Amino acid sequence: MRRFRHEVRNQQRLFWRNRESAVFVFIFPPMLFLLLGAVYSGKIDGFRAADVLLVGLIGYGCANTAFAGLAITLVIRRESGVLKRIRATPLPMVTYLAAVLCSTLVVFVLQMLLTITLGLTLYGAKGPENWFGMVLTALLGVACFAGLGFGITSLIRSSEGASAVVNLIVLPMAFLSGSFGPTRRYPEALRWVADVLPLTYLINLMKAVYLRGDSFFGHPKDIAIVVAWGLVGVLIAWRRFGWEPREQ
Amino acid sequence: MSTVPALAVRELRKSYGEVEAVAGISFTVEQGEVFGLLGPNGAGKTTTVEILEGYRARDGGEVTVLGIDPEHGGSALRERIGVVLQASDLPAALTVREVHQMFAGYYDHPRDIDEVIALVGLGEKSGSRVKTLSGGQKRRLDLGVALVGDPELLFLDEPTTGFDPAARRTAWELVRSLRALGKTILLTTHYLDEAQQLADRVAVIRDGRIVKQGSPAELIGVAPKVEIRYREGGRDVVVATDEPTRLLAELTAGAVAEGRELDSLEVVRPSLEDVYLDLIDDDEGTP
Repeated sequence: MRRFRHEVRNQQRLFWRNRESAVFVFIFPPMLFLLLGAVYSGKIDGFRAADVLLVGLIGYGCANTAFAGLAITLVIRRESGVLKRIRATPLPMVTYLAAVLCSTLVVFVLQMLLTITLGLTLYGAKGPENWFGMVLTALLGVACFAGLGFGITSLIRSSEGASAVVNLIVLPMAFLSGSFGPTRRYPEALRWVADVLPLTYLINLMKAVYLRGDSFFGHPKDIAIVVAWGLVGVLIAWRRFGWEPREQ
Repeated sequence: MSTVPALAVRELRKSYGEVEAVAGISFTVEQGEVFGLLGPNGAGKTTTVEILEGYRARDGGEVTVLGIDPEHGGSALRERIGVVLQASDLPAALTVREVHQMFAGYYDHPRDIDEVIALVGLGEKSGSRVKTLSGGQKRRLDLGVALVGDPELLFLDEPTTGFDPAARRTAWELVRSLRALGKTILLTTHYLDEAQQLADRVAVIRDGRIVKQGSPAELIGVAPKVEIRYREGGRDVVVATDEPTRLLAELTAGAVAEGRELDSLEVVRPSLEDVYLDLIDDDEGTP
């Protein structure tokens, strides 16, 4: 437990110290919210535009932080030998990964609070109707996308490619899942793709608990699909995750 | 406890696919000893060390590190060893002090980090970011981080590769001071003078096998012959002999009797370098 707390502190220090990635991971989603919030007005799917965008960009932030940010960081640490070096210390790697996960959660929660604050103060968006449900949804989202993040880390072979691969997945996914605005006018084929993506269901869940005040547990289908995606990631990581550089 | 060897390796084997990287290596390192694994790149040094560090499973043989099988040593063993890998970065955005702090937190009984930073000569760089350090300073940081857990046993995998001569001497001093503290050290190097300067005993590795083992003096001692060289009638004459004293007496007596001078006369003992090159070149060309 002492080592876990120590490592969470290390992870936080490393995250905020690394300015470029902190900006990309932490600032980018709230920044997009500011931009899109200024563009859209009126109603989207029966909700106020600002409310829908707020929820959508919290969802994008979750994927960006727990999937993209986590995977890029882990690939760089693996390829530069940092993970290998840490493995030679008494710190159990399970503790290390748990600390990375916890630190990711901290970053995402701060980001979510920042986005909500911006929405409330600048665009008159509303706060969560169901706070407790929103907390559970955030935990579920981070768990799912971190699982996928560990999975994709196992499949990416070089630091150079990490950012490109990960964003090639996250940005289209966010676009299709409705993070950046209404998807009702999208061609049917694209909506069909959106129907299998985890972010679609995470955003559904957020709309339910945040905007409508539904109970979190009232949406088992959304939860199940998000969990299933997370498990796919964990399964890939279980089989393929490595601690040592892969250059060869 | 003091009777347990720091490292005991018997008939160690490891293959990568078809390639047998380590083909039956045996050696023992006593506590407090500095042991050098010397050999060219690709000889199997790093594979051997990484098995001992617990990174890789072996295919065969017996290995103990401080009396424990490194494959199942876990955290308890890693508390007691320090590792300098051949190539690994440390978090570039942290300062020298913060990196030491980070690693110190992984151990139950870390050393005082400022003391360690001073020991590896980075005192003035304590507040500098890792990314601003030179290559030599980064290597010293690696060593500092390896020492921060106050290990009994240190693995140094090519600790001075890429150093300029002055930096290497500084590093050597450092290793000597660690030895004086009673640390056991396993060192790999492809520099012969490094092994000669630092190691109590040396094993020369080639193609995954130990071809010679002993103190640096012993390795030179097994050298084949002493050479007597001189110039005569415009030609270089080289005579290899096991009895240099007698041969030299005969040669010089003959020359003195005839009133000749033996130009450029010298008696050459083979250097460790010659022995080494001889050992690693042996049967070169065989498939």
